[in-house]
Amino acid sequence: MSAFVDRRLSGKNRSAVNRQRFLRRYKQQIRRAVAEAVSGRKVADLERGEKISIPSKDLNEPVFHHGPGGRRTIVHPGNKEFVTGDRIDRPEGGAGQGGRGGSPEGEGMDEFVFELTKEEFMNYFFEDLALPDLVKKQLTATPEVKKVRAGFVSQGNPANLHVVRSMKQAIGRRLAMAAGPRERLAEVEAALAELEARGEGASAEAEQLREEIESLKAKVAAVPFLDTWDLRYAHRTDQPQPTSQAVMFCVMDVSGSMDEERKDIAKRFFMLLYLFLTKSYEKIDLVFIRHHTVAKEVDEDDFFTSRETGGTVVSSALELMSEIIRTRYPSAAWNIYVAQASDGDNWEDDSPRCRELLVNDILPLVQYYAYVEIQAEHPQSLWHQYEYVKSVNRNFAMQRILGLEDIYPVFRELFRKKATA
Amino acid sequence: MSTEPQAPQAPENTPAPAAAGAVVRRRYLSEGSEWTFDLLRLYDQEIARVAAHYGLDTYPNQIEVITSEQMIDAYSSVGMPVGYHHWSFGKQFMATQKSYKRGHMGLAYEIVINSNPCIAYLMEENTMTMQALVIAHACYGHNSFFKGNYLFRTWTDAEGILDYLVFARNFVAECEERYGEEAVEEILDSCHALMNYGVDRYKRPAKLSMAKEKARQREREAYLQSQVNDLWRTLPPKESAAKAKQETRFPPEPQENLLYFIEKNAPRLEPWQREIVRIVRKIAQYFYPQRQTQVMNEGWATFWHYTLLNHLYEEGKLTDGFMLEFLQSHTNVVYQPPYYSRAYSGINPYALGFAMFRDIRRICEAPTEEDRRWFPDIAGSDWVKTLDFAMRNFKDESFIAQYLSPHLIRELKLFAVLDDDAEDQLEIAAIHDDAGYRVIRQLLADQYNLGNREPNIQVWNVDLYGDRSLTLRHFMHNRRPLGESTPEMLRHVARLWGYDVRIESVDETGEVELVGECLV
Repeated sequence: MSAFVDRRLSGKNRSAVNRQRFLRRYKQQIRRAVAEAVSGRKVADLERGEKISIPSKDLNEPVFHHGPGGRRTIVHPGNKEFVTGDRIDRPEGGAGQGGRGGSPEGEGMDEFVFELTKEEFMNYFFEDLALPDLVKKQLTATPEVKKVRAGFVSQGNPANLHVVRSMKQAIGRRLAMAAGPRERLAEVEAALAELEARGEGASAEAEQLREEIESLKAKVAAVPFLDTWDLRYAHRTDQPQPTSQAVMFCVMDVSGSMDEERKDIAKRFFMLLYLFLTKSYEKIDLVFIRHHTVAKEVDEDDFFTSRETGGTVVSSALELMSEIIRTRYPSAAWNIYVAQASDGDNWEDDSPRCRELLVNDILPLVQYYAYVEIQAEHPQSLWHQYEYVKSVNRNFAMQRILGLEDIYPVFRELFRKKATA
Repeated sequence: MSTEPQAPQAPENTPAPAAAGAVVRRRYLSEGSEWTFDLLRLYDQEIARVAAHYGLDTYPNQIEVITSEQMIDAYSSVGMPVGYHHWSFGKQFMATQKSYKRGHMGLAYEIVINSNPCIAYLMEENTMTMQALVIAHACYGHNSFFKGNYLFRTWTDAEGILDYLVFARNFVAECEERYGEEAVEEILDSCHALMNYGVDRYKRPAKLSMAKEKARQREREAYLQSQVNDLWRTLPPKESAAKAKQETRFPPEPQENLLYFIEKNAPRLEPWQREIVRIVRKIAQYFYPQRQTQVMNEGWATFWHYTLLNHLYEEGKLTDGFMLEFLQSHTNVVYQPPYYSRAYSGINPYALGFAMFRDIRRICEAPTEEDRRWFPDIAGSDWVKTLDFAMRNFKDESFIAQYLSPHLIRELKLFAVLDDDAEDQLEIAAIHDDAGYRVIRQLLADQYNLGNREPNIQVWNVDLYGDRSLTLRHFMHNRRPLGESTPEMLRHVARLWGYDVRIESVDETGEVELVGECLV
C-alpha cells in the first residue's frame, strides 16, 4: 500500500546553501560579469536582477575521459542510405561523431548563464564602490510606505473591527431575514382580529391562528442580532510615501581626453547618484548634457557612446543647464541635482566664468551639485575655481577620483545632511 | 513474489471484485484533469492491482507531492533526498532553475529514489493523467526494477541508504565547522572528479546502516591514528631488503578503485579527509548500478507504465481524453530521432529500452520463424516470466547482447560507423542486414559497457622507498588516448595523494608512455 505525503509546504529553499557556495566560489568571475552588465545598462536601469553569464570552462568539473583519436565504432539509428563498406567523409567539427557529445545538461554552449536576484546584483555593484554598510542598507531597502484607509472588507483582525459598519450590516440582514415571517404575521393577526370582531375568538380556527402567531413571533425572534457575516473591518493598504519630483542633470566632458575608462567611472558616479535619488523621490527626470567646446543635450546612448575631439569649454554646459532649468524645471516644483564629471581640462580663461555661473545662477537653484575630476594628472584651473565655490556653498561637493572606491565620498556630505534633516 | 504471473488474456471480463461496485456506478476513475489526494489514492490502488496482476514485486511506495521549486531542488542534488552541501549542486540548481523559468525545458516529471520505502515525487502542477503516468512509471516500474535487478540487489542497500546519506551530510557539516568550508570543499572537488573511479566492479560491498557506520567510522579513525603507515616507515631499511622490495610493486596487483586506494593508502590525508573520500566512494557505488542499467531501467519503467495504463483503459477505467494525453507524453518520451536529425544526440535510452522489452514480448507472443531461430529458448514462452527473468539478471551491456533481435535492428535501422584516426574517412562497419545483425548487436552492447566508455585507469605503483610518488596506468582500448582534462585531473589526484602523481598509457602492444605528470 502506498503512502502519500504532501510535502508542498515543507521548505523549498533546500538549495539556497549550495547556491551561495557557488556564488562564493565564482565571485571573481561574477564580479567581472556584473561590471560588464553595468556598463551595458542605462543609468536609471540599475535595480534589476540580471542574467549573468560566465565562461563554462571556468567552472567545469573534470573527469577522466577519452580524447579524440584512436579507433571507435558507434551505432546510430535511422539509416537511410548506407550499406556496409561505404566510406564517408568526416562530418564538420573534427570529432566526427555526428552529433554525439551533447552533455546531459544540454549545454555545449561556452557560457554558463544564470540569474542573480536584485539584491545580489546590487551587492556586487556596491562592492567596488566601498560604501559603508549603513548606506548599502538604505539603498537596497524598499521605499517607505504609509498605511492608508481603503474602505471595508469582510475579513480582518479583531482590532480593525468596524462596529458601526457591522451593526448597519446586521440591521439590513435582520430586516431581510425577518421580512417573510413579519408579513405573514401581519396577515394572520389581521385575520385573527377579524375573527375576534365577529365574536369567534374562541373557535378552533382562531386558536390555530394564535398558534401560528406564536410560531411566527418565535421565528422573528430567532433571527440572530449579530452574525459573523455582518462583521466589517476597516481596510488599510500600503501606499508609497508621496514624494516630490526631482531632476538630475548629468554633465560630462566628452572631449578627446575622456577615454573609455574614465567614462566608465563617470557612469558609475551617475548611477550612484541616481540610486540615492530614487530612495527619496518618486519621479526623477534625467537630463544628459555633454560638452566639449559647445554643449548639447543628448539622450543617454549618445551621452556614453559618442566621442568628440577638441578643446573644452565647461561654461557652455553650465549655460545650457541654467537655461534648461529656467525653461523646463522651475525650482519651485523640482528638486534639482547635478552631477558633473570631467577630467579637469578646461580652457584657461573659461574657469572664472564657470565659477561665476555656478555661484550666481546655478547653485541657488539646485539641491546638490557634485563634481568629480576623474584621473586628472594634477589639479588644473577648473579645480581651483571650484574650490572657491565649495568654500562659499554648502551644497557643493567635489572629489578627485582615481578609482571606483573614491566615488562614494562625494555623496557623504549629501547623507550627513539627510541624517540631520 | 506473492502472485503467480498470469497472461493478461481477456482482461475486460475480470474486473477486480473490490472495484466492481464502483465500476457499475461510475465507469471512469476520473474525467477532469484536476487531481486530488483521493483521486491519487484511487489511481494508485488501481495501478497497484494491475501491477500485481502482472506479478510486479515492489518495495512499498512513499509518494510525495511537491512543488516545482522543490522538484528543482531534488533535481540538483542528483536525486539524493538528503545531500551534503557543495557548490556543484548549486551550479546544477541555478542552471535548472534558469532554463525552467525561461521555459527552455519542462522538468522531468519524475524522480524516484532507490530506497525502502521507495520515494517518488509528484509535481503539483501536473494533471491527473501525468500523475497516473508517473505513479505507474516510477512507483511500479522503477520500483520493481530496483527491487529485482541483480546489480541493485548486490550493490545497493535500499534499507540503509537514507540513513547513510544523513550520516554523510552531518559528517561533512561537522568537518566544515571544524576545518573550514574551503578545506572540505577542496577534498570534495577532488573526490567528485574521481567519483567514477571510486567503484568496486568485482567485490561485493558490505551493507550499511547508520549506527554501524558511525561506530565503524570512530574505530577507523582511532585505528588509523595509531597505525604505523607502511609509507611512513622511518627505520632505515636494509639495503638488500629494499632492493628486493623495489622489484615488487605496491600495490602488487593494479587496483581499479582509485578512491579506495587513496582512502586506505594516501600518506598525508587526515582521518576526516579519509572519511570524506569514503563517503563519496560509497555514494558513487550506490549510483553505479544506475549508470549500468540506464537502458534497462528506463525501458522497463516505460514498458510498464505503457502496459499498466493500457490495461486500465481496456478495462474501461480511463477516458479517451486521458489516453490521448498519456499517449502524447509517452510518444515524446520514446521518440528516437534518426542520426541526421538536428534533435539527435545519441540513442535515447527510453526508446531503446522500451522497444526491446516490447520486442521480447512480441517474440514470446507471436514469434516469427526468424525469432525461433535466434531465440529458441524464449520464442513462444510466457512473456511475463521471460521479461521478469530479463529484468532480474542483466545489465545494459549483457541485456543488449542477449536480446537485441534482428527484427528490432531493422526497425530502428541501426548501423555502425567506424572512426579510425588512421583512415581519412569513416567507414560503415555494419548495417541492418543478415551479415550485420551480430556485429551491430555486439557493437551496441559494447557501447554500453562502462569499461569501454571511460578510460581504464588503474593504480599501478607507489614508489615506496623513493619519493612516494604514485603512478597510474591508463590501459588503452583501441588506441584511444586520454582527453584534455588529464592535467587537471592529475592535480586532483595529487591533492589527495599528497605527493607527485604520474600517469602512463599502455597501448595494446604493451608499450608504455608517460602522458602526464603532476609534481607537488
